[in-house]
Formats: sequence, C-alpha cells, structure tokens
Amino acid sequence: MTITLNHYMIVSFLLFSIGFMGVLVRRNFLTILMSVELMLNAVNLNLIAFSRRLSDLTGQVFSIFVITIAAGEAAIGLALTISFFRQRRTLDVEEANTMQG
Amino acid sequence: MRNLLWAIPLVPLIGFLINGVVYLLSHRTKGAAHGHGHGSGAGSDAHTAATAPDVSPDTGHDPGHHDIPFKGLHTIVGVGSALIACLLAFGAVFDIGLKAFTEGASHSMTLWRWIPLGINQAVGQIPGAVGDWYVDVTLRVDSLSALMLLFVTFVGFLIHVYSSGYMGHEEGYGRFFAYLNLFMFAMLVLVLGGNFLMLFVGWEGVGLCSYLLIGYYYEKKFAADAGKKAFVVNRIGDFGFILGIFAVFALFGSLDFQKVFAAAAANPAAYTPYMTVLCLLLFVGACGKSAQFPLYVWLPDAMAGPTPVSALIHAATMVTAGVYMVARCNVFFRMAPHAMIVVAVVGAFTALFAATIGLMQNDIKKVLAYSTVSQLGYMFLACGVGAFTEGMFHVTTHAFFKACLFLGAGSVIHAMGGEQDIRRMGGLAKKIPRTYWTFFIATLTISGVPFLAAFFSKDAIKAAVFHAEFEAVPWLPKVLYAVALFTAGLTAFYMFRLLSLTFWGKFRGTAEQESHVHESPASMTVPLMVLAFLSIVSGYVGVPIIEHGDRIGEFLRPIRLPIAGLNEKGPHESLSLELALMAAAVAVASIGIYLAWSWYTKGEGRTPARLAEQWPGVYRAVTNKYFVDEAYDKVFVNGLALGGGRFLWEVDATVIDLIPNGAAAVTKGASWVASIFDQYVVDGLVNGVAGTLQGLFRVFRRAQTGRVQNYALVMGGGLFCLVAVYLLFR
Repeated sequence: MTITLNHYMIVSFLLFSIGFMGVLVRRNFLTILMSVELMLNAVNLNLIAFSRRLSDLTGQVFSIFVITIAAGEAAIGLALTISFFRQRRTLDVEEANTMQG
Repeated sequence: MRNLLWAIPLVPLIGFLINGVVYLLSHRTKGAAHGHGHGSGAGSDAHTAATAPDVSPDTGHDPGHHDIPFKGLHTIVGVGSALIACLLAFGAVFDIGLKAFTEGASHSMTLWRWIPLGINQAVGQIPGAVGDWYVDVTLRVDSLSALMLLFVTFVGFLIHVYSSGYMGHEEGYGRFFAYLNLFMFAMLVLVLGGNFLMLFVGWEGVGLCSYLLIGYYYEKKFAADAGKKAFVVNRIGDFGFILGIFAVFALFGSLDFQKVFAAAAANPAAYTPYMTVLCLLLFVGACGKSAQFPLYVWLPDAMAGPTPVSALIHAATMVTAGVYMVARCNVFFRMAPHAMIVVAVVGAFTALFAATIGLMQNDIKKVLAYSTVSQLGYMFLACGVGAFTEGMFHVTTHAFFKACLFLGAGSVIHAMGGEQDIRRMGGLAKKIPRTYWTFFIATLTISGVPFLAAFFSKDAIKAAVFHAEFEAVPWLPKVLYAVALFTAGLTAFYMFRLLSLTFWGKFRGTAEQESHVHESPASMTVPLMVLAFLSIVSGYVGVPIIEHGDRIGEFLRPIRLPIAGLNEKGPHESLSLELALMAAAVAVASIGIYLAWSWYTKGEGRTPARLAEQWPGVYRAVTNKYFVDEAYDKVFVNGLALGGGRFLWEVDATVIDLIPNGAAAVTKGASWVASIFDQYVVDGLVNGVAGTLQGLFRVFRRAQTGRVQNYALVMGGGLFCLVAVYLLFR
C-alpha cells in the first residue's frame, strides 16, 4: 500500500484533534503545553505533506519557522509555568482565574 | 568619515552590551535582596542623599554605602560610547559639509537587504508608484537627519556626563548606563533610518528604553505604574503610526523616504485623495510619542524616572521624534490641508492646555513636564501651518534650554536631598549659584526674552502662524496666533513662578534640609554651563529679517520637496509687521514675568491664594489637571464592561435624574397624581434603564471567566461553525 496525501492528512488531523482536546480538558499546565506542541507538529506534518505533493519548498520553510516559534513558545510557556507554580504551589490551570470579570 | 555612518548607532549598542553584561554578571551572585534598596521617600526622585543626609553625596567616598562594582568601567563605557558616537556624528556631518546639505546633498548607506518581498505584483491603480516591494536596512543622513543627529548626540553626551555625577550612588548604576546607551542606539536608528520601517524600529526602541528608564526605580509602585502607563499610551499612538506605514506601503509599494516622497511630489493628483487619512494616521503616532492631547497623559507621569532621563528622553530627544516624523513627511502633509488643520489645532490646544496646568503644579519636575508638553504643542502648531523648518528650529533650541532646565532641576533636587516640592524651597540662589545662573538663563530663554535662543524660534513660529492661510477656515490662523501669543505669556509666568519659588525669597524647608544644601559636583555643573551657553547662542542660526539670517531655514529647505502643481507662496516678509509681532511677543512675555515676580517674590504668594479662593472651581480643575486622568481611569481603565455599567448608572443618577427633580421643582405643590407619576413612571424609567444595563453587564461579565480553556473551547466551537457554514453553503 502506498502512503498518499490522504494518509498524512488523517494522521495530522488525528494529532491535531488529540492536541486540541488535550488543551481543552487537561488541567495540568505541563500537559497543556505538551498538547500545544502536538498541535504545532500536526500542522508541521500537514505543511510538509503538501510541500511534497505540490513540489513547493515554501511549506517546508514554513515548518522550520513553526519549529523555531515552537521553541520560543515552549521557553515562554515553561517560564510562565515556573512563575505560576511559585505563586500558587500548584500546576492546576483552574487556579489561574484572577482575570475573571 | 561619512563612510563610518554605520558606526554611529553601533557604538552605543556595543556600550549597551558591555554595560548590560557586566552589570548582570556582577549582580547575579549577590542575590535579589541586595538589589536597589537605596530609595528615598515616595514621590521623590530616589536619591541616596535622602537616606544619608549627613554624607555629602559629591565626595565620592561614601562610607555608608557599598562600593558599586565596576563603576569605573560603566562610566568609561557609558560616557565613552556617547562621546565616540558624538564625534563620529560631527565627523560625518562636517565631512559631507553644511553647504552641501543646504544644496540638498544626502548620504545613504544600505547595510543589507532586510525584507526581500519579491512580490513584483502590479501596483494598485496608482500611476507613478515605486513598487519595488522590498525593505533595506538603510542609514541616510540629509539636512534634517544631520540637524537631529548633531543635537541628539551632543545633548546625549552631556547628559551621560551629568548622569555619571547624578547617579553616582545608585546601586543600579550599570543598569542605568546600559539603558541610556540602548536609548542612544535606538534614537540614532530613528534619526538615521532611511525608510519608514527603520524609523519605526527606532521609534519602538526609544519607547522601550523610555519604559525601562521611567520604571528604573521599579521597586516603587508609582514608578513601575508610570512606566506601564507610558508604554500603553504609546501603543495607542503606535497603532495609528503602523497603520500609516501600511498605508504608505500599499500606496507606493516602497517605504524608502526618498523614493516615496519623490513619487508623491511628482504625481500629487493621484495621491491627494488618500493623503488626509494617511496623514491623520501618522499624526496619531506623532501624538502618542510627542505627548499631544489627548495622548499627553503619560509624559507628566514619566517624571518618576531619574532626572537625567527626564532631560534626555522626555524633553530633549525622544518626545521630539513625533515632530521629526511630521517634518520628514512634510510632502504628505502639504498635500492634505485638512490634516494640517487638525495638526495645527491639536498643537495649539495642547500648548494652551498644558501651559494652564503648568501654572499650578508644585513639583519642580511636573512644571517642566507640562512645559515640555506645551512647547511640543508649539512645534506641532508650526508644522500644522506648514512651517516645518521653524518647528524643527524650535525642536533644536528646545533641546538645549529644556535639557538645561531639567538638569538644573536635577541639581536642585540633588542639593535638597531628594525634595521636589517647590513650596519647600526658596532662596536657593545664593547657596547653589552655578545651578541658579544656568537655570536663570534657561528660564529667560524659554520665556522668550529678546536675543536668546527661544525668542528667535518662537518668534519664527508665531510669525508663520500669523501669515498662515487655511482655505477651509480662513479665520483660524488669527485665532491660533492669539492662542500662541497667550501661551507665550503663560509660559513666561509659570517659568518665573518656578524660578521665584525655587531660588528667590526665603527658604521654606526644614532647618535640616537647609544645613546641607550644597552645590553639585563639576560633572553636573559643567554640562549645565555648556547647555546654558547653547541656550543663549543657538538662536542665532535662525535670525529673521536680516539677509541670510535664517540659516537653519535654508539648511532644512531641501527636505521641502516641491510638489508638482501645488503653488505655495514663500514667506512674505514685511519689516514693520515682523517687528510689531516681535514687540507683541516681548510685551506679553514681560507681563508674564512681571506678574510672576510681583505675585510670588514680592507678594509671597498672597495674590494667587486670594484668586484661588475667589474661583475655587477653576482652581480645583487646574490643580487636578482638569481631571483628565480620572476621566481616562473611569472610561478606559475600569473597562467598558463592569465599569461602563457603573459609569452609565452614575450618569443616570446625576444627569437624567435632573429631569424628574426639575419637573418636581416646577410643579411644586402640584397634585398627588403628578407625584405618583414621578415616583413610579419617570423614576421607574430612569432606574429601569440603569437596572437593565446593570443586569445586562451582570450577564455579559460571566463570559469573562478568566479561564483560558473556556476561551479556547469557544474559539474552537466558533471555528468549527465557520468552517461548517463555509463547507455547506459555499
């Protein structure tokens, strides 16, 4: 069986959905960060798959950008996590509700 | 030398890196507790002299404090990089030659291609657009940049020297010089940038440094808050500015100053329809950075930073960036007469408004801050009537005399051990003579005393306003002239009030304060003297009437590209009218000076006190700065959700309730039916409106759960719906 674009897209879709559900339902700061990474990588997979299919390198270049941004995002996210933990002694995002209207 | 243009901003950047790294490394081992604990009382410039009043702060051998690590290195790198930048700037400008600039020469240097867009698409519908679709890192010096370059680096260098004395006992000495060097870098990028994006990078860079330096005493809440306020208010302006840059890019397909302005000037018919909007967007940016109404509120608060910062950033250089930008874009503005009217009116209004607030302030730095806002209004008024060169002339003289005033104020604060309230000063003239004389000269200058610098620059602006012509509102220039003249009188009044209360009369502080008033060290007084000298002589580059007297006007003329088909008349000079305008200015200034002297020195403040009693409402409004901050707090800061509901409720309670109350008064003694009607129908309506709004907001605020996951869920759901609708109904 040859692996077609559709397969890539299905995997990418599943990865993205898992990541998105993770962001929505998990309560742990770190898990949410990991879920975001999952979503980003799902997008990368999509970009690269289309880049192959269309023989256009732009998609691959973009995925490099995404990886770079993801690194920055992880750094900021972890810094936030640490500072949050220092203040609240917990990683539960339910506790982060001081912006409530 | 001209090929070293790239080195001018680079040197302060290197200074910033060295100072920053050394500071970080030398402070990481000490721990946070050692930080910056040498503040004085709230509300004053945190100054070590206040916490150690028995120790003369200018000896440099202060046994009560820890030695500042690497202080010598920080001084050499910080002041040295400013000096090198200054020398390079003078070298580059004089290598090209002032005469060449006057004839329109410019020198560009493209360092590298920054954003190669390579779109190559057809440019809109506008003929004559540039359409090169790339942005380079370009440094360019033409006459306007050269002028800015010279005074920014020179005043910057002097203030670096001054800071080495003024900040000498601060724990964060290295941090301060790192920020100051970073500021010089950003300001030089702003001035030398050859396209809108470079200008914007510098613009944001100086904004960042402004934020960092206002919040320099970050452990104090008011300083940290002031920094944030400056940053947020500037964001509002920058929003307009960046939209303006987008508009330029969309219209011309390029951001390069030379190309864009040449294209606009060559083909005005195609571009004029867009110019009003474009200019207003750019002007919003200028309003934020240059503290014009209604975005001026951050500048008075910015005085929470150290005084040299107030002098350099919030008086001499950064806040004039808006004027520089408007003068730079003069081709656009001249094509948009309606935008020009807005600029002129906002400028004149700000000048008057800030001057009236300055009349009643009691903090020495706040008076100067409102004075700065007022003078910036003057500059925009000049730009608004098309007198861009006169505006830039005032920018230059203002840089000298306002820096001198601020540094003098810093020296006074230093002498008073951190005291900033002028009600507790007085009679300082004999105790700190060098500070007094320099401050006195600068005060004379800003008041418009004849043959000092600001006399010429203000006179040039007023003459230009008087001769201006607005097609849409022909009577406007005369009104603006009256406002400018009146403001000049107010300026003379509040500056001499400041001088009287600070230096003349009897000392009103405590005996302890009096005992240790002392002159500042040479590192502070020498820059003061240089600046005082410049605020005497710098006006002679723009003498009116005399043939070739207006050197600065001729120097800057090349930036006024002639616009095809636009007939602009030159300055029509009539000797007698010119002299009459001058005489009016001198008369108004003299009245202001005399009143201030007779009220505050001779009368020891009795007349103002009586006036305040007579008109308590006016007095309260002015001393509270017209409640603008409070209004902003209420409308914007408290938010339009909950705060908005309460605000409307109060409007209901105070304004709309007047209707039933008034009705009740008119129909006093009327029938019982009417009162029932009042009680249940009218009040019911009033309270019903308020209640409905309150109820609505009670529902809407539920949406603000503060939980990011809820927001993510709603976003995901919305996206799903959009995609679903798109797929089903496309």
